[in-house]
Amino acid sequence: MAPALRIVNGKLYDPANGIEGEPRDICVQDGKIVASVGEEAKRIDATGLVVMPGGVDIHCHIAGPKVNLARKLQPEDHRRDVHPRTKFTRSGVGGTVPSTFATGYRYAAMGYTTAMEAAAPPLGARHVLEELHDTPVIDKGFYVLMGNNVLLYQLLQQGRKDEFKQALAWWLNAAKAYAPKLVNPGADAMWKGRRNSNIVDLDEKIEGFDLTPRKVIVAIVEAANELGLPHPAHIHCNNLGHSGNWETTLETMRACEGLKVHLTHIQFHSYGSVKGKVRDNPTSKAREISQYVNSHPNVSADVGQVMFGKSTSMTADAPLAYMLRQFGGHKWVNADTEHESGCGIIPFEYQDKIYTHALQWAIGLELFLLSEDPWRMVFSTDHPNGGSFMSYPRLIRLLMDREYRNEQLKTLNPDVVRDTPLADGLTREYSLQEIAIITRAGPARLLGLADKGHLGVGADADITIYENHADRERMFEAPRYVIKDGELIIEDHEFRADHAGRVLHVAPPYEAQIEEVIRPFFEEFYSIRFANYAVDDQYLHRHQVVATTSQ
Amino acid sequence: MSDNIRIVKDATCTFCGCVCDDMDLTVDVDEKRIIKADNACILGKAWFREHGHEERPAALIGGNEASLDDAIEEAAQILVNARFPIIYGLSDTTCEAQRVAVGIADMIGGTLDTTTSVCHGPSGIAFEAVGESTSTLGELKNRADLIVFWGGNPAESHPRLFSRYTVTCKGMYIPRGRTDRTIVLVDVRRTPSAPVADIFIQVKPRRDFEVLWALRALVKGRKIDPSIEQTTGVALATLEDLAGRMKSCRYGALLFGMGLTMTRGRHFNSGAILALASDLNAFTHFVAKPVRGHGNVTGADNVVSWQTGFPFAVNFAKGYPRFNPGEFTTVDTLARGEADAAMIIAADPASNFPQAAIERMKQIPVIVLDPKESHTSRLARVAFTTATYGINVAGTVYRMDDVPITLRPALESPYPSDEQILRRLRTRLRELLGGNRVPDKMSWPVPAAAA
Amino acid sequence: MSETMILIGARSNKQGTSLCAGKFGAEYLDVSSTVEMNIDDMTRLGLANGDSVRLTTPMGETVVRCKSRASKDLAAGIMFIAYGPHSSRLMGADTAGSGMPMSKSLDVEVEVLPAQPRPVGG
Repeated sequence: MAPALRIVNGKLYDPANGIEGEPRDICVQDGKIVASVGEEAKRIDATGLVVMPGGVDIHCHIAGPKVNLARKLQPEDHRRDVHPRTKFTRSGVGGTVPSTFATGYRYAAMGYTTAMEAAAPPLGARHVLEELHDTPVIDKGFYVLMGNNVLLYQLLQQGRKDEFKQALAWWLNAAKAYAPKLVNPGADAMWKGRRNSNIVDLDEKIEGFDLTPRKVIVAIVEAANELGLPHPAHIHCNNLGHSGNWETTLETMRACEGLKVHLTHIQFHSYGSVKGKVRDNPTSKAREISQYVNSHPNVSADVGQVMFGKSTSMTADAPLAYMLRQFGGHKWVNADTEHESGCGIIPFEYQDKIYTHALQWAIGLELFLLSEDPWRMVFSTDHPNGGSFMSYPRLIRLLMDREYRNEQLKTLNPDVVRDTPLADGLTREYSLQEIAIITRAGPARLLGLADKGHLGVGADADITIYENHADRERMFEAPRYVIKDGELIIEDHEFRADHAGRVLHVAPPYEAQIEEVIRPFFEEFYSIRFANYAVDDQYLHRHQVVATTSQ
Repeated sequence: MSDNIRIVKDATCTFCGCVCDDMDLTVDVDEKRIIKADNACILGKAWFREHGHEERPAALIGGNEASLDDAIEEAAQILVNARFPIIYGLSDTTCEAQRVAVGIADMIGGTLDTTTSVCHGPSGIAFEAVGESTSTLGELKNRADLIVFWGGNPAESHPRLFSRYTVTCKGMYIPRGRTDRTIVLVDVRRTPSAPVADIFIQVKPRRDFEVLWALRALVKGRKIDPSIEQTTGVALATLEDLAGRMKSCRYGALLFGMGLTMTRGRHFNSGAILALASDLNAFTHFVAKPVRGHGNVTGADNVVSWQTGFPFAVNFAKGYPRFNPGEFTTVDTLARGEADAAMIIAADPASNFPQAAIERMKQIPVIVLDPKESHTSRLARVAFTTATYGINVAGTVYRMDDVPITLRPALESPYPSDEQILRRLRTRLRELLGGNRVPDKMSWPVPAAAA
Repeated sequence: MSETMILIGARSNKQGTSLCAGKFGAEYLDVSSTVEMNIDDMTRLGLANGDSVRLTTPMGETVVRCKSRASKDLAAGIMFIAYGPHSSRLMGADTAGSGMPMSKSLDVEVEVLPAQPRPVGG
C-alpha cells in the first residue's frame, strides 16, 4: 500500500461539502481520505495551489469494439501525436482516438481519475473490459446499449413488463455494465431492415415491431428507476444533429416526467429550424432546452460541447454517421451487431468558419452559461465526437474567461456571431467552484458514486492539485500532483508510478428464471451460444460493485 | 477408451476464423484425448482429435533438452542483445498471451508483427484508406438475402461458414434458410464451394480489381464497355446482372478471402471490394467482410490495435509505436536481412514464407513457442513446447467478426501456456533492462561474433 | 518440354486436416506435393495422373506430382496446389511495400520430367 499522505495548506474546492477555496489539510491513508495521519506521513506542500477531487468524465468513448475500429481507421492521426514510453509506463499513440495506455495516462495527466465509456453492445462487453484493463490509472465503467435490443422489444410489445425489467437487470449483470444506454431508439430496425432508413418521430412505428421510440424510452427509463440504479437510463435522443430536433428532445424529456433520466450531449439535440434555400437550417434552442432542464429536477444532462479542430464521430447512431459522410467524409465505417445495435464512424473536423459548426460551438456554450443548476448540466465534449478530451482545459478556459471567449467569437463565421446571444447577453464566467461541480462533484453525484467527486472523510483518495494560473487552460492542462487511490501518480508534473484502476459496475438483483426466457431466443437467433454470452468475473480484475438503492 | 469420460459443452474450436463456440466435446480423461467433437466440421474434428498428449521436452536449446529456466534465460539474452529483434505470429494463441507479447516488444524496442501481414494485412491497409461496412455473423444469419463469396473456398477452409452462419442456416428474417437466399461465388477456378452457389462467376487470374471496379461503376449507373469480357473473362451482362441483384437485395454481403489479398493488386483489391460494399449502401444495406483464417488472428488485430494504435507491422525502436507495412512486416524484415533475432509464437513461417525469409531465419537466433514440432521449431535456437489454446489453455479469442469468446479448455497439459512463458520472459527482461528501454539511453553489449 | 502456366496456391480440406496431425506426417506431405492441372493441358504435355513435373519460378524450383481436373473446374493454363513446403519454394519475397509476398497467380514454368516407370499392365 502507498504511504500515508498529508496535503498541507492547499485551497480546497469541494462543492459537495460546501468548501470553496479555503486553505485546509487533507489526509490520505489506505486509498481513502481520512481525518488524520501520523507524523511519518509524506507531506505535500500545497500552499497557493488549488486542490480538487479528481475529474470524473461522465461520457466519453475510450474502449471497446467501436473505439478500436476508429483507432485502426486513422493511422495518420496517430503518427502526428506519439506517446513515448518511460521506464515504467507503456508507449502509445494519441490523436482523437488514442491507444489504451495513452488514454489512461493522458486522462491522469489532466487530473481526471474516473471515466465512463459511453456505449457498447453486450456482445462486445468482453472487449470493452479487456481494453479498460489496459487503460491505466483511472477508474472506469461503461454503459451498455439496450435501446435497440430485439428481445427487449419483443417482451415490450407482448406487454410482459415485469420480464422486461428482469431481462434488463439480467443484461446489466451479464455485461458487467454501469448503466443502460439508449441511442436513437427504434432506428436500428429501420437502418438494417429497411434499406438504411431512420426513425424521425417519437411516435413513428418501428420497422417489424408494434412499438414506437416513445414506448421504448419510457419502458427502459421506468425499469431503470424501479431497479434503483445509481445512474439512470442514459439517452442519446432521436434526431441527433437535425434541424428542429429540439422538439424531439423536449418530447423525450416530457415522456419521462417524474422519472430520473440523463440526456447526453444535449447540445446536439438543441436545434431549432429555419427554412433555407436548400434545406432547413439549424438555429439555437439552447434557451428552451436549458429552461426545461433547469425546472425539472428529474432530468440531468451533459453538454457535449463542440471544439474546433479534428474530431472523430463514433456513435451507435449508424444513420447519423452515414448522413455525416455526405459532408465530405471519405472513409466511413458501419458495424452492425446482431439484435443489439448499430455503429457508425467517420473522421470529422469542426471549423470556426463553417456556419453550422460555429453555431454548434455557440449553442454548447449557451447551455453552460444559461444553466441554473451546474449539478445537473455537466461537462463533456462527447469525446471524441465533439472534440478530444485533451481539449477539456481549453473548454474550461472558455467558461471561466469571458475575454478569451469573446476573442474566440471574433474568429467565428460572422453570421453566427450575429445570431447568438453569446455576443452580448451572456457574460457569465464560471468560478473555480462551479468548474469543480461540472467536472467532478456533479458527474460523481449523477453517477451515484458516493465516494467520488468530493474530499470529505471516507471519499476515495482521488485528488488533483493544480497551480493557480490566470490562464486557466494552462492550469487545467498540467496539474502538479495527481493522487489516485491514495497513490502519488504524478508529482511535479511527472509520472512517478503506474497504477491499475477499478472497473465500476452494477449488479441489480433479478429473478433467475428470466434466463429461461432469454435462452431460447439465443439458441434460435444469435450466432453464439447462450452459455458463452454472459461475461465472467475474470474480466473484471480490480473492480467494485456499486449498489442499487435496494441493495 | 477408458471409463473416465467427461463432457465439455459449449467449447470453442479455434482452427479457423469461424471460432465456433458450440462444440460439445467428449473427453477421455485417463487417455488424455478428445474422442468426439459434436458439431465440429471436418477441420475442427481433426483439430480436436490430433491435439492429444505429446512426448516432447518442454524446452530445447540448440535441439537439446534443457530446463525451462535455462531456456528462458537463453531467450532473454537473445532478445536483449539483438539490435533488431522481431516478434511474429500470435494468431493461434490467446489474447492474454498476445498482450504480453506486445508488452515485450515495447520493452525491448523491437518489432511486432502478426500473421495478418501475410493474410488480410492488405485488407487492413485498405480499411485505413476506405473504411468498411461490416456486421457480426448473426446479422448474416438473420438478415442476409444475397451473399457473394469472392476469392475464397469456404467449403474447404471454413466449412461451417456455410452451415452455421451464412447459407443454409435459418434466421429471423430468413425463415426458410437457403431458399430465401441468393448465393454467388466468384473465383478463378471452380472450387468445391461452387456447388453451393446459385451463380458461379469465373474471373481470369489477376483481374479481380478490374471486375470490382466495373461493378462499382455499374452500381453508380455508369456505362462499361463490353470489352470487359476480354480483360476479365466475365461478360458485361453477368456484371450488370450482379450489380442489379446487389442493389435490389434487402441485406447483402460480400465475403472475401486470400484470392484478393494474395494476388496482383493486394490491398487495392481489398479496397475495391470494401468500397463497393460502402457504395451499395446508397441503395440498400450492404456489408463486406474479410474471411479471417486462423482462430485468433482477429484477436491479434484487436490487441495490437488497442495497445499500439496499429493492427500489425509495429516497430517500437524509437520509443513509441510506428506502423509501416513493407518496412516492419516480417517477410520484409527477414528477407532483407534486417532482423537479427526472432521470437515466433504460435506460427510456422519456415514452412510457408518465401525462401529468402527462411534463409535469414537459419542465420539468426530464433526462439519458438509452439505446441507441435514445426519447420520453424526445427531451426530454432530455443524451442518451447507450449499447451494448446482452446484445448488446454483458457483465455479469450475473437471470432472473424470481432465477437470476443471465452475458451473452455477440455484437457490439462503438462506444458506451460504461451502466456506463462511470455510472462516469465518479460520478468527476466525487466530485470536485465531495469524496466522499459528508453531510446536515448539504449545501448547494446557489442554482439559476439556470429556463432 | 516446358510451358508457362499460372499457379494458384490455397488451402484444402485435406491440407487442413493433415496439418493438425503434423506437418511432418506423410499425409500432409502428400497433399501439399500434388498439383492439379487442366486435363487438356496434361494430355497435350503427355502427362498422366501421378506423373512428376518440375515447377520453376525465378525464386526456385520444386518437383511435384500432377492430378487432372476437368476444364469446367480448372481452366487451361491454370494450376492449383495446396499450401506447403513445395509452394513456398516458388514464392518471391518482394512484397511491393505491402508485407504480402505474392502467393497466388504465380507465373510458373512447367517442365515434364523424363519418362516415369509405370506399373506393369498400364
